[in-house]
Amino acid sequence: MVSFADQLLVLVMLINFIMLGSSRMAFVIRAVAAQGVILGIIPGLLHPFSGHLLAITASIILAKGLVIPYLLNDAVRKAQIRREVEPFIGYVPTLLLGAVFTALAFVFAQKLPLAPEHRDLLFVPASIATLMAGFLILTTRKKAISQVIGYLVLENGIFIFGLLLAEAMPFMVEAGALLDLLVGIFVMGIVINHINREFSTVDTSRLQTLREE
Amino acid sequence: MVFVWNIDVDPVGSLLWAITLIGLSGLPGLLLKRPGPGQILSVGITVCAALWGMAGALRILNGVPAKTYQLDWPLPFGPCELSVDPLSALFLLPLLLAALCCSLYGLAYLPAASQPAVEKRVTLFSGLLLASMALVLVARHGVLLLMAWEIMALSSWLLLMTDQQSLQVQRAGTVYLLATHAGTTALFVLFSLLKGETGSFAFPAAHSLALGSMVTLVMLVAALIGFGAKAGIMPLHIWLPGAHANAPSHASALMSGIMLKVGIYGIIRTVSFFQQLPVWFGWLVLLLGAVSAITGIALASAQRDLKRLLACSSIENIGIICIGLGMALVGLQSGNRVLAVLGLSGAFIHIINHALFKPLLFLGSGAIIHATGTRQIDRMGGLSRILPRTAPLFLVGSLAICGLPPLNGFVGELFLYFGAFSDGMFSDGMFSDLPLIGFVAPILALVGGLAVITFVKLYGAVFLGVARDPATAHGHEAPLAMLLPMGLLAGLCLIGGFGAPLLLQLVAPAVIQYVGVSPQLFAQIADAVPLQQISLVNGLLVAGMLVVWLIWRFLVQRAPVAASSTWGCGYLAPTSRMQYTGSAFSELVTGLISGLVGAQGQLSGLSGAFPASSRFVTVTTERILDQMIIPSLRGADWCLAWLRRMQHGHLHLYILYIFATLFVLMVWSQP
Repeated sequence: MVSFADQLLVLVMLINFIMLGSSRMAFVIRAVAAQGVILGIIPGLLHPFSGHLLAITASIILAKGLVIPYLLNDAVRKAQIRREVEPFIGYVPTLLLGAVFTALAFVFAQKLPLAPEHRDLLFVPASIATLMAGFLILTTRKKAISQVIGYLVLENGIFIFGLLLAEAMPFMVEAGALLDLLVGIFVMGIVINHINREFSTVDTSRLQTLREE
Repeated sequence: MVFVWNIDVDPVGSLLWAITLIGLSGLPGLLLKRPGPGQILSVGITVCAALWGMAGALRILNGVPAKTYQLDWPLPFGPCELSVDPLSALFLLPLLLAALCCSLYGLAYLPAASQPAVEKRVTLFSGLLLASMALVLVARHGVLLLMAWEIMALSSWLLLMTDQQSLQVQRAGTVYLLATHAGTTALFVLFSLLKGETGSFAFPAAHSLALGSMVTLVMLVAALIGFGAKAGIMPLHIWLPGAHANAPSHASALMSGIMLKVGIYGIIRTVSFFQQLPVWFGWLVLLLGAVSAITGIALASAQRDLKRLLACSSIENIGIICIGLGMALVGLQSGNRVLAVLGLSGAFIHIINHALFKPLLFLGSGAIIHATGTRQIDRMGGLSRILPRTAPLFLVGSLAICGLPPLNGFVGELFLYFGAFSDGMFSDGMFSDLPLIGFVAPILALVGGLAVITFVKLYGAVFLGVARDPATAHGHEAPLAMLLPMGLLAGLCLIGGFGAPLLLQLVAPAVIQYVGVSPQLFAQIADAVPLQQISLVNGLLVAGMLVVWLIWRFLVQRAPVAASSTWGCGYLAPTSRMQYTGSAFSELVTGLISGLVGAQGQLSGLSGAFPASSRFVTVTTERILDQMIIPSLRGADWCLAWLRRMQHGHLHLYILYIFATLFVLMVWSQP
């Protein structure tokens, strides 16, 4: 089961590259949803079955895979953002940077003083790589929605790391879910904040001006 | 289900329940849409919980053994203990009394019916402020104390910002927020070092830490700065006058009467960790106390804002408490237990006293503002006819705060005088020679004299004569819910005066525990102060004054009374503006100490034989804040302006900073 989890983690890292290299918003959101679903499955592979585990898995998949992507899609649709037009750094350089950082994550994880049972797993490098990918998205993209996606990816990285701590697992997972909720509120916060700043009113009909030209 | 009222309920448990109830008392009001019932419910809960808690605190002072409760929290700071010893109980008692008085007062001062929006906030945050202050007093864990400390700072700030539209309030709030967090930073230093020394955030047992390295000295200084900033010791008092003047009156009463004492508690608690103290520490506290007392009352005498005057007088009283504390610490370091007992008793009694008469005066000032709509002393006058019930209560408070004999303020200061003259009082070798302590007596005398001038000015200008401004002449007496708490506090001031041994009894357990003397020795030392005789004389004085007053009333009722304005030396068109104002009364004092208070008069353009009408304006600046701290901050601002370029508003680059830091740390941490 653990080796299957490792394969899923490889998939997670590949999704990172998809997000780094793609300009289409809808696609990126679908990618982050897929990443969330995968992350929801992994705890089920690592721990023995229990009602608690089921609830956690279900809630993670629901939050990361359905609710948050839905909220993001909604915001994208209302603000009519199709693609990230002018990132600070282009897509190909970002992809290359992502590759460099992923490699560095593996090097770094090798040198961390980990417990022996964690040494051969992909969790730590995948976690750091995903964290870095989140940072890259945060720093290179201009649109508010991309920023939110960056935060989500960042949080996914932290979540992967939390999976290692089997003892404190329920707490970590619940904290992660809470953080997701925070991101959800963050989305709404940005939307409302921007409208407020532009028009000093919370009028959703003017959402299309959210585009950061 | 049957509820059995167990009379043997643990006092600490009852106190913790009371604290919880008070803290949550404002919540039901938030859920109710209609304003009114929530406030009444909150007052009811607070009053009941305060009475319950006071019973618990009194039982602990009576020697009922206190249990220790352990808070089971998931935070990684180790087990967290809550307990109440006589020292905590001594501070909890006035806190709960103030809770009772101020919540009842708020019912009429900020009624939900006329101010629905403000009332909910004030009710909620008053409860939170009270509970967090009490939590500071019962916490035996550094992190819990810091949490409670932060809640205390923020809830008092939110109370202060009640009238948030006013620019003055905004400025006072900003200064307060900055000052309180600067102080909290010092407390972070203190508790991190404590953890380094003892290995845990839990408070060490009393007198268990050896004073050795530099670290412990830094801890002491950090405690003095962090807790001293909250207490309002002199160079750190900058936030105090503005904050106390601009908060709603019952919030000012809480801040001034109780919150400052929580700072003093922190200093005492921290000092109690150490086996022995460096010699200079006690003298430093004493010196700071003396400076605070003199400059505080000097500032107060120059103020023309009613509440600002009371706030400055709080600095003076904190100074007197610090003088007592400093005497006790000097006594402890030099093995002079007489001095330690007298100083600490004086400080503790003054803490209780100040928590009685300062809230009384602030609540009274609220009644005055309620009636006149202004805080300017020079626009009032003749209020004793409009406020016939508030006036005598305010008089009791004013006399008590001056430390004049028939009232409680006298008792605390008397202990300090005895401490100052303790050299030679006992001849059995219990003390070492400390002639310098004698200087405390003239300092106290000077402070007392200035206090009398200040409060004669305050009472005279506000209550006597006739109204200086017609706008202030049409007020009305405060409602019963405001008078009742004031009456209670004034009554306790009187009881403290002619029941002085009661006050000593209250503070005895804490002093005995702190100084480490036997109760017999304590009684022997305290017997040097003739409290019984003093109570008797006080009682006789009060009775005599009552008799004189009755005779005077009898005579006045029979004699014809004519009302007119002050005689203006034969001037043909006298107006009520020609009375002596408060500023005029204190002009001499203000002139003598102008270097300290920075009062400046500006007379514009009087020239020629027939000058046109002109203006004379006096401005009382706050020398330390306006002329030292703000310019130095400006200087720092100028020096560090280049750093502003880092703050350019590009979110991406901010995240890049974090990213870069993370990256550097990852590379750096490689073995």
